[in-house]
Amino acid sequence: MNRLNVRFDKLREIGRKALIPYVTAGDPNPQITVPMMHAMVGAGANIIELGVPFSDPMADGPVIQRASERALKYNISLRDVLDMVTTFRKMDDITPVVLMGYLNPIEVMGYERFAEEAKEAGVDGVLIVDIPPEEATELLATLEKVEVYPIFLLAPTSTPERIKLICSAANGFVYYVAIKGVTGASHLDLSEVKAKVSEIREVTDLPIGVGFGIKDAETAEQISKVADAVVVGSALVSRIEALADEPQKAKNSVVELLLSMRKAMG
Amino acid sequence: MATKVDPIMGSLPDEQGHFGPYGGLFVPETLMGPLAELREAYEKYMVDETFIAELEADLANYVGRPSALYHAERWSRELGGAQIYLKREDLNHTGAHKVNNTIGQALLAKRMGKTRIIAETGAGQHGVATATVAARLGLECVVFMGEVDIARQEANVYRMRLLGAEVRAVSSGSKTLKDALNEAMRDWVTHIDNTFYIIGTVAGPHPYPAMVRDFQAIIGHEAREQIQQQSGKMPDALVACVGGGSNAIGLFYPFLDDKGVAIYGVEAAGDGLESGRHAAPLCAGRPGVLHGNRTYLMEDDNGQIIETHSISAGLDYPGVGPEHAWLKDAGRANYVAVDDQEALAAFHALTKIEGIIPALESSHALAYAAKLAPTMEKEQVILVNLSGRGDKDIHTVAAIEGIEL
Repeated sequence: MNRLNVRFDKLREIGRKALIPYVTAGDPNPQITVPMMHAMVGAGANIIELGVPFSDPMADGPVIQRASERALKYNISLRDVLDMVTTFRKMDDITPVVLMGYLNPIEVMGYERFAEEAKEAGVDGVLIVDIPPEEATELLATLEKVEVYPIFLLAPTSTPERIKLICSAANGFVYYVAIKGVTGASHLDLSEVKAKVSEIREVTDLPIGVGFGIKDAETAEQISKVADAVVVGSALVSRIEALADEPQKAKNSVVELLLSMRKAMG
Repeated sequence: MATKVDPIMGSLPDEQGHFGPYGGLFVPETLMGPLAELREAYEKYMVDETFIAELEADLANYVGRPSALYHAERWSRELGGAQIYLKREDLNHTGAHKVNNTIGQALLAKRMGKTRIIAETGAGQHGVATATVAARLGLECVVFMGEVDIARQEANVYRMRLLGAEVRAVSSGSKTLKDALNEAMRDWVTHIDNTFYIIGTVAGPHPYPAMVRDFQAIIGHEAREQIQQQSGKMPDALVACVGGGSNAIGLFYPFLDDKGVAIYGVEAAGDGLESGRHAAPLCAGRPGVLHGNRTYLMEDDNGQIIETHSISAGLDYPGVGPEHAWLKDAGRANYVAVDDQEALAAFHALTKIEGIIPALESSHALAYAAKLAPTMEKEQVILVNLSGRGDKDIHTVAAIEGIEL
């Protein structure tokens, strides 16, 4: 059974919502990533979203773009990210890990090889920002063989037909993008999110995560009331950026924000 | 307008925007709805008589179409082979073929009720062509341009500002055209309700590659008639430069079914293909996914997009339109590359021998024509797309030659 199922079942059982932090692998340096992942779990993270750096991250705001640039200074490749997951798994075999990134590095590695190596490394889900289900037939079949779940984004602009299509293609959970915009933007409209999440819930039994625009304990708490999972990325990455020269302090700063969010979410 | 010239060639792309394995729709979910809306509008208006009449009137009275076809007799004689004819897109308003497309997309934007136009630009030609039509239609206009390009194309930046556009500097990534495109996409996602994104080339997610091609195909439609009137026959070869590939597809498309016409797309070899410092994904890259479509790319072994190099900012792009990728694989078009020095030599040759200063982009096509002509007979005909004028490039050329203007 995929770790994502186990984790969401367990959380549902105890009546808690998932906290899903995002960090870019290799930011601000490759050595800190695995310790950062463990520290985030220690701070109450239930699922880790690990960003695969890409040269042209067109869905990301400036904060995560710069994280990619910092990681790419170390030439962090998809292969390196998989190695980090392998290392993480030596100490933690239960926390689900979802890779988030863009299609091209996976195209270059090849779908088959990627799926097998992701499985081998202990990856549970893959969220590829720039591949809609319409283009993903072959990739979906390949991932299904190894039981690595495809996570898809839903957006405020998704029509009812697309919500159905995406929910039927997705597994593990679906991820609702709370705003029209890129990662890290700041105009979250809670009632709009609430309405859209209920609309999605009518179509699927999959857990629903909400992200983009969640930046502090208060917004995390508000979102946790309507969604099954709260995804936080840019707010953490900003803290890493501010302390990029002192990775240990950056890690502590990330832990601090996650603890406050966890506390607020219950 | 969108005349389907070939039952096989003309039937592409398919419903989802595929040209064989290339093209498609590789974008974040937020853009899927807006792209579907755009596709509907484009399909509706491309067969709407009122829309087409307005477009044709603008092309005639504002752009100055049809553009001339010119027999470069003296240059042909000097090269000692085939007769070279130039399709004079450099004579269009704003000095290049780019305006054919921006006129069309801006009219579409108006029909769709959008009040804000955004665009990306490299050399600034597409930015100027977009700012121009936005000024004329009274639409707000923001042009994204890499910091590196802003520094090397000051005149065009000023032109855009004169036209009332905001030029927004892009400082991410390599700070050039590809990053400007990323930034424009991000802006579009953020202002989806009121904003129309005018992409300047035949790349990007469906329907852009097909739509931009259809707006640019006027080049080939006119040239196909003009060349037969002037030379009494169909051309033996077409030559056009390829960055993203919009001027090239504009010329090629109406000839795809004319199997006797050889087609050459000319990429920028920069310092030479073997140097690795070039912008020739079709000649030296491989297929991948970038900016919404699958196509040939310049990338490293990890799938990261690599920086390109060319004397011509307009060809300095790591991808290429998906239809070109398909025409290459299908064997219908040949893709070759010409380096900076060869392009410069052609720039000077045309200027001195014919009194026409070509854009450095177009100079790549001219350089290849100059190689091709001597291998052909005097009765044969080469049709070259002179996609833009070179006034914008005189500072670049002077600097290379150590002259301070």
